Amino acid sequence: MNKAILQIENLTTSFRIRNKYHAAVDDVSFTVNENEIVAVVGESGCGKSALALSIMQLHNKQRTKSEGTIKYKDQNLLTLNETQMNKVRGKEMGMIFQEPLTALNPLMTIGKQIEENLDYHTDLSGDEKKKRTIGLLTQVGIPYPERTYKQYPHELSGGMRQRAMISIAIACNPALVIADEPTTALDVTIQAQILDLLKDIQSRTKMGIILITHDLSVVAEVADRIVVMYAGQVVETGSVKEIFNNPLHPYTRSLLNSIPSATSEKNRLHVIEGIVPSIAKMDRVGCRFQDRIPWIPKHAHEERPQLHEVGKEHFVRCTCYKEFYFQAEGDALTHDITQSR
Amino acid sequence: MWKFILRRLLVMIPQLFLLSIIVFMMAKAMPGDALSGQEINPRANPAELDRIREELGLNDPWYQQYLRWASNAVQGDFGISYTHKTPVMDVIEDRLWNTVFLALVTLIFTYMLAIPLGILSGRYNDTWVDKTVTGYSYVGFGTPIFIFALIMLFIFGFALDWFPSGGSVDSKVDEGTFAYVVSKINHLILPALSTALIATTSTIQYLRNEIIDNKIKDFVRTARSKGVPESKVYSRHILRNSFLPIAAFLGYEITGLIGGAVIIETIFSYPGLGQLFLSSVSLRDFSVVTAIVMMTGFATLLGTLLSDIILSAVDPRIRIE
Amino acid sequence: MTLLKVDNLKVHFPIRGGFFRSVVDHVKAVDGVSFELQQGETYGLVGESGSGKSTTGKAVVKLNDVTSGQILFEGRDLAALSRKEIKPFRKDIQMIFQDPYSSLNPKKRVLDIIAEPLRNFERLSPAEEKKIVQDFLDKVGLSPESIHKYPHEFSGGQRQRIGIARSLTLKPKLIIADEPVSALDVSVQAQVLNFLQDLQAEFNLTYLFVGHDLGVIRHMCDRMGVMYRGRLVEEGRSDEIYENPQHIYTKRLIAAIPDLEPEVRGDKVKLRKKLTAEYESSYSKFFDENGRAYDLKPISSTHRVALL
Repeated sequence: MNKAILQIENLTTSFRIRNKYHAAVDDVSFTVNENEIVAVVGESGCGKSALALSIMQLHNKQRTKSEGTIKYKDQNLLTLNETQMNKVRGKEMGMIFQEPLTALNPLMTIGKQIEENLDYHTDLSGDEKKKRTIGLLTQVGIPYPERTYKQYPHELSGGMRQRAMISIAIACNPALVIADEPTTALDVTIQAQILDLLKDIQSRTKMGIILITHDLSVVAEVADRIVVMYAGQVVETGSVKEIFNNPLHPYTRSLLNSIPSATSEKNRLHVIEGIVPSIAKMDRVGCRFQDRIPWIPKHAHEERPQLHEVGKEHFVRCTCYKEFYFQAEGDALTHDITQSR
Repeated sequence: MWKFILRRLLVMIPQLFLLSIIVFMMAKAMPGDALSGQEINPRANPAELDRIREELGLNDPWYQQYLRWASNAVQGDFGISYTHKTPVMDVIEDRLWNTVFLALVTLIFTYMLAIPLGILSGRYNDTWVDKTVTGYSYVGFGTPIFIFALIMLFIFGFALDWFPSGGSVDSKVDEGTFAYVVSKINHLILPALSTALIATTSTIQYLRNEIIDNKIKDFVRTARSKGVPESKVYSRHILRNSFLPIAAFLGYEITGLIGGAVIIETIFSYPGLGQLFLSSVSLRDFSVVTAIVMMTGFATLLGTLLSDIILSAVDPRIRIE
Repeated sequence: MTLLKVDNLKVHFPIRGGFFRSVVDHVKAVDGVSFELQQGETYGLVGESGSGKSTTGKAVVKLNDVTSGQILFEGRDLAALSRKEIKPFRKDIQMIFQDPYSSLNPKKRVLDIIAEPLRNFERLSPAEEKKIVQDFLDKVGLSPESIHKYPHEFSGGQRQRIGIARSLTLKPKLIIADEPVSALDVSVQAQVLNFLQDLQAEFNLTYLFVGHDLGVIRHMCDRMGVMYRGRLVEEGRSDEIYENPQHIYTKRLIAAIPDLEPEVRGDKVKLRKKLTAEYESSYSKFFDENGRAYDLKPISSTHRVALL
């Protein structure tokens, strides 16, 4: 059993909207172990990015509050002040963002942006920093590290920029890297390269990775464990094998069915009706997914849905999974039309 | 880079040529000439005036006059001022320097106000600091410069008598002395400050909005995720990106100040190009007018070139070869 | 029946340099591409960014200037027509764009957005226009009251459907869909893809589907062409290409598609490594000394590959 790096317990992050706080991350708990990739999956608006930013505490403090505990190396990150947190960010935890072009400062060379990380967390001299930076660029597979060191973000291709972004995140050998949709903005071929790279770096450094994504196929490629989020809550969690072989929650099953794959050729894809409820308008009582599976009888849902252990380390929220079935072909679209009316 | 500058300078030639034709034709199209004023003088002999006109070439076809004027202008000779009876360049030279000094000091004041106020306002937006600065900006936007300048002149020039109310230097001090320089600066402060207090408001708002836009950019979040302290997030990331368009605007700003000199110099009776321009127009001293218009045109082109060069120097995404 | 035939299409963009900004070289964005679309089929153009696939799509509607080659639409060569002469054809060929957020004017109501092409080509009374717009909204699964709303009031998938409704109002024969689902979440993507298939059946539409995701292309298209560096490197029926790829680039593209089975991931990483090595070792088998892919050669009646 690998050692736990990060333990999130009952984390609730709320945003202030018109003087009222609404939870975007709602009582979330999970653990990330050493040498493990945990994927957090869900549609946009499910709270997965809010979760990532909560761990790093990058939310606007005036409009956000986080409760619960985020335990890292025996300290609760939520109790740290800005100065203490700045010693954690970049050094203990690195972050990779979705769109590498906008996530890099257009006026700074790639080299300087990586070195900036070393500036605040190491005592290296200028030359040592440069050497280390070039080493990092080599490590992430950039073909001409010496040249790229002096280049600006716009001079690189999307894939190269994301590699540079990764080298920023891993510059100080962090124990944990949070990757927020790291391949969504990239071509499929580049996506594969970036995923292979992340996996490769991980196997060498034994770090833990939280991979935030909406794409279950990406999860299948790299993750060890999955946390499926819906409307701010964890609805299903388990090992990758368990979830892909035996998905239970209707949301997980619907997401899996909506992916076009080799076998789905020319067949209709599954469409999840309706949309993710917005955090300000969400009904926080009962199963949050019930509005999107209206053909499932009400009594199938729990009044206060809990996570149930259904297998080894496999948890599912609510009891509706027991009675869930997919609707007949073609029904989904008609339902959808009536809803938007 | 030098190739780019050279090419831009070459492109200026046809631009200036076109401008010169338009200016020359317009000057010719105006009723009367430099001698018209003499006609109402009962002692002036009409035949004598005609002779002078013939001698000055004022009766030649326009293109001959133009060619003569243009070929001299290229060599820096804009002819003789009819009212001052001295070469145009001599009339202009002192005034030109006065205007350039005024523009520079105004520019310094403008940025001295805009940069700290814009940063405060943008960094702490929607606080009382920001609201005060923004309130000042709105007043500034709405105040016509000539009214504001008159008020400033009345308060600080006449009522309090802190600053001189006209001229560019005290006539009692000798050129080259320290007192001369002090007097020069003393004369500049009031007109420069009046212009800057109004002109700075647009720069403040521009900088404020740039900062507000930039501080929610993805790369700022990246910087924070590296553990960069807040003050450094501002100095290394937000401010650099926010100053970019402002630095690029510098060239145009200089042009605008030289163009706007007419009003402020007239109000403060400051002997610069603007004031000279206005008096030359009313005296129909066309050789001076055309020279000033040509110089302003040239300054405008140089200003845009300067802006492009600054932009390429500060923004790596824009490279000119 | 052949609806569209693209023959040896070239789109070259000039690179200017030197003191007089003269043309010193060209970027060969599209360099001799030929393919045909049959009435009612879906043809996929797949490749990574910079492969020229979008440029090809845009050239068909003349959003790009064509350097040389023919674009025969129902037998007429669009490439030879001037901007004015091409106007009547714009009715028959419509385009759907990638980003539903930026391709709809945020200041216009849905009625005006959808009616815009109608207003360019037909003179209708406001009542007729409204009726047509509402009919199409109904077809794309949006309520008739939506006409008074603005784009920001809709979700990403709904916005993409508004874009699709707009492209349908003139009853086009050919729709060029340029990465129509790349900016959408998987669940919304499914919605839009299903919907495009329904519309095809209802209006007998022909699609030119441009994308980078081979999974999506395979799901949607009868036939596909794989583009790489401005050239087609492989072309054929979707199942042929997917199951029997011949060109090294196609193989790499297929190996890059994530698999939904976590058990095979180790094999896939190895396969990708192997293909990268093969790409380097057998480069000359697939590309000439200038790095240009060879011309397509048939290996079956439907399958063509760019091999030496």
